[in-house]
Amino acid sequence: MKAKHQRLILVIAALLAIIGAGLIAAWTLRNQANYFYLPEQMAAEPPSEGQAVRLGGMVRPGSIKTEADGVTVNFMVTGNTDDAIPVRYSGILPDLFVEGSGVVAEGSLGPNGVFIATNLLAKHDENYVPKELEGMGTEQAAKMAADTTVGLTQ
Amino acid sequence: MIAEIGLAALWLAAALALLQMVSGGFALKATETGAINPLAIYARPAAVVQAFLAVLAFILLLWAFAITDLSIKLVADNSHSMKPMIYKLTGTWGNHPGSMLLWVGVLALSGGLLAGFEKRLPEKTMGATLAVQGFVALGFYAFLLLSSNPFERLPVPPLEGVGLNPLLQDIGLAIHPPTLYAGYVGLSVAFSLAMGALLTNQVNPAFARVMRPWVLGAWVLLTFGITAGSYWAYYELGWGGWWFWDPVENASLMPWLAATALVHSVAVLAARDALRTWTIMLGVLAFSMSMLGTFLVRSGVLTSVHAFAVDPARGAFILGLLGLYIGGAFTIFALRAGAVSEGKRFSVSSREGALVFNNVMLSAILAIVLLGTLYPLVTEVFDVRVSVGPPYFNPASAIFAIPMFLVMAVGPLLRWKEDKPARLQFEVSLIAAVLISALALASVMGDIPFLPLLGLGLAAALAVAAVLPLRGRKLTRVPTATWGMVLAHFGVAVSLFGMACEGAFTQERLAAVAPGGTEQVGDFAVTLQSVSPVAGPNWTAIEARIAVSRNGGEPVILSPQARNFWSPAQATSESALMTRWDGQLYAVIGNQAEDGRWQIRVWWKPFVTFIWYGGLLIALGGVLAIAGRVRVDVKRRSAVRQGDARRADLEALDAAAPMPAE
Repeated sequence: MKAKHQRLILVIAALLAIIGAGLIAAWTLRNQANYFYLPEQMAAEPPSEGQAVRLGGMVRPGSIKTEADGVTVNFMVTGNTDDAIPVRYSGILPDLFVEGSGVVAEGSLGPNGVFIATNLLAKHDENYVPKELEGMGTEQAAKMAADTTVGLTQ
Repeated sequence: MIAEIGLAALWLAAALALLQMVSGGFALKATETGAINPLAIYARPAAVVQAFLAVLAFILLLWAFAITDLSIKLVADNSHSMKPMIYKLTGTWGNHPGSMLLWVGVLALSGGLLAGFEKRLPEKTMGATLAVQGFVALGFYAFLLLSSNPFERLPVPPLEGVGLNPLLQDIGLAIHPPTLYAGYVGLSVAFSLAMGALLTNQVNPAFARVMRPWVLGAWVLLTFGITAGSYWAYYELGWGGWWFWDPVENASLMPWLAATALVHSVAVLAARDALRTWTIMLGVLAFSMSMLGTFLVRSGVLTSVHAFAVDPARGAFILGLLGLYIGGAFTIFALRAGAVSEGKRFSVSSREGALVFNNVMLSAILAIVLLGTLYPLVTEVFDVRVSVGPPYFNPASAIFAIPMFLVMAVGPLLRWKEDKPARLQFEVSLIAAVLISALALASVMGDIPFLPLLGLGLAAALAVAAVLPLRGRKLTRVPTATWGMVLAHFGVAVSLFGMACEGAFTQERLAAVAPGGTEQVGDFAVTLQSVSPVAGPNWTAIEARIAVSRNGGEPVILSPQARNFWSPAQATSESALMTRWDGQLYAVIGNQAEDGRWQIRVWWKPFVTFIWYGGLLIALGGVLAIAGRVRVDVKRRSAVRQGDARRADLEALDAAAPMPAE
């Protein structure tokens, strides 16, 4: 190996690895990034079953039903239109999760059109609004964001 | 008066940073005689005095928080007279301007230490280093003084302060951010040194030996800070997870990845005079990542617990600084890198070769994390809202982490410069045997997901490989720094084992339980005995009494709480933990159902604590490495001194010796 060559080979190897990382990142991001949906968007163009997404909107008043096991809840999430998505969640509800409050549900669509949430982000403290609910544009969303919802980390 | 003195100290410190920058810059311009420029002598004293002033400003703010001086806006906005003293103090850096003041305080302090004690480098290089350090500091002083003055007064002091985000009222906050900041700042010193060496063409082993303690120190602090932060998120957020790939967590992981690579490449430079340009590049990269971390956390660009600041002007300011520093650094690097002559060469199968491979793998992981962290910010500009989580980060980083771990097992066994793989037949087959049998054993034990399974196998192999470098050596004669390496590598194995076990064997039970009811999770019978209201200094809570008994043994009482703070109003879930040598039981309490049952959620996480024990071992390994290097250095200096003294004595004796009489 000539004097100049080793450095060149090192640079090329490093560049290849970094470019490889970039390509892998781009490819995986396309498949694994978690898209945010409003209820009307989910109704119009549902994501494929099992794909991890986020659903954000308002918990429809009167729709929260707790199942007999005491830990599974079903409720409807509405947005700016009449479309409502049924959501099912097993777990400890965020402290200020109530009817009429804003919520962001992480999870995926199940086979029967029910959104299976693995995590709920709801009001958590007074100063934060989940990014997804910012600037939704309608009065309802603004109201929702202003006085009810706030996100956890993530 | 406190606020006014603090502010004056900050302005003076900023002026001194300017002096340090200009005076240090003159060091680059040699006089005609080749002696050091007379204008360059002010840089060192400026750095030392600046350190005193910046630390003084921080202490004054600390004092204002301690006595809850509500006429200072920052105190009124973030503190409360009823808060426990420890959280009054930690609240000093639990907000944006306060944490930035801590940042510059640590920055100035390390600049002062460098200027005051580092005498090994040529004056010219030192001048350039201090100039860069002054330039970095100046930007942050400007940021503090112009856009987030921590000492701003209120015309009318309120009667009571607003309080501190309850999630942050925790001992975790007391240690987590300051350690991370100190780590970031240590990297800035490494960066200044790298720039100084690059500008004065001094990229050589002597420079690497000066840079090494700073890099190691920063790396130890980052390791410790990340470990503490992970444990804090684990028990404080009540979700049972220990790493969420939250952008703020990534912001601390990225500088750590770059610093890990840098620690290894600077070692190669110091020992072998190879990887010169690469080390400088990593120095620039590590600092850029710590700047990016500061930007992500401080600018409010993320919605997250950590991003207290929601002020676009501030964000723009930090972004400007970020662009200036990173852009400037890479420009200087691009212009000067060609002038750095190539260091010593080595073959592919050598310790250097293994280190280079792992450096590249670490950089690739860094790229994965960086892209995943920035992607949501970029798409948001185009009005597409996404979030990126474990389904992306775990597999994408594993692609590079797995080969890295394999090479890491063998690398320390190789010789410098050139080695024959055949020499390591025994070691390699031992490591492979351990890897394969651990994989086989784990897959027999149950249906384990792919990544945790690989993690178990790699952890076992790495644990064995970590101690192999000690084989055949007299343990009492092994240098302290080598013990440091062994310990740190063993820590990686321990941590990996914890992560894999958590992923593979965690058991969870979520149920609504009436008082007196029992649920089973793993070997544990969990009985909800009672639920009662309790109150603390600034919160009220519902507290459950849960009796946990393992295989019918003596029950242990756990008391998870659902807390409501009133200033500011916020609810948090306080988990209760039962730690055993082989894992942790994690319990949280939820809401009460209409029929009077309470929701409880209990996890049994086997060996989860090993994640943080491993992190601590890694940090401890770094501490040993620093201690070993410093001891060798002190020994060498005193040996040189003694040798000089003896030579002087001998000369004196010779001179005084009477001429023998004829």
